[in-house]
Amino acid sequence: MTRPMTSVTQPASPATKQMMNRILTSALFAGAAAGLITALLQLLFVQPVLLHAELYESGELVHFGGAAVSAHPELPGFDVMRDGLSIIFTMLTYTGYALVMVALMSLAESKGHVVTARAGILWGLAGFVTFHLAPALTLAPEVPGVAAADVFDRQIWWTATVAAAGIAMWLIAFGGNLVSYAIAVALLLLPHLIGAPEPDSFTGPVPTEIGALFAARALGVGMAAWVLLGTFAGYFWQSEAPRTAAA
Amino acid sequence: MTTKTLNKSAAGVGFAPALFAVILGLGIVTLTGHVQASALHDAAHDVRHATGFPCH
Repeated sequence: MTRPMTSVTQPASPATKQMMNRILTSALFAGAAAGLITALLQLLFVQPVLLHAELYESGELVHFGGAAVSAHPELPGFDVMRDGLSIIFTMLTYTGYALVMVALMSLAESKGHVVTARAGILWGLAGFVTFHLAPALTLAPEVPGVAAADVFDRQIWWTATVAAAGIAMWLIAFGGNLVSYAIAVALLLLPHLIGAPEPDSFTGPVPTEIGALFAARALGVGMAAWVLLGTFAGYFWQSEAPRTAAA
Repeated sequence: MTTKTLNKSAAGVGFAPALFAVILGLGIVTLTGHVQASALHDAAHDVRHATGFPCH
């Protein structure tokens, strides 16, 4: 004898479950793979610059006002705890991005657009512009030790800018008419015309050379990361399709 | 046959799975990138800087 249903919500249809599985599986694979490679790229190219900056942040090194300082100090090597956590958090972050991207891929496909690994390169670039380049244009990637406005204010500006850029990227990709392109341009420009929260005064002790290198490295690795993420997401989205349909 | 099944299943799916995935994804990014709880902040510190989040 079957028990009476106590749930007030309708059970998910098999098609909905299949779609859910396909989104989650492709996003997990794509996010973990892209996140792992990104973490290694960051440890190789970004982390040494960050550790170098921290020597000035802590006051261990001081430039100007004293004797010239070597630009090549000895930096700490691989730290299992610290860098291990960085790898885990990078994989988590890119898995979060992948969930958003693959969900949008499913919407694009339901509107008749074909999503492949090749198309994923463009998806990745759009994601890079949305989550990394657009906020970085006014809130440049910060090296430790720079002066900055209140973190909560900057997070609000960051979130609003990412939301605006994300909508703009979708309109550019799928809008298909002049009005949507115009709205996209306005959404891309507006956060930077309004301006991000800025510090009252400059107090950063880190040499400008290190700050500039850090921003360039963060953006460069970020772009590589997003292109990988888009390619993997498109690839797994396709490869999960037949299996899901056959199941 | 397979194509038919695919089309049929695609048509029967609403926005719910995509919406759920977007919320889950943004939730994860908020945790790793934005939440200022000190344990999370310390663990994610280097990643937040390298990924361009406002950190501290």
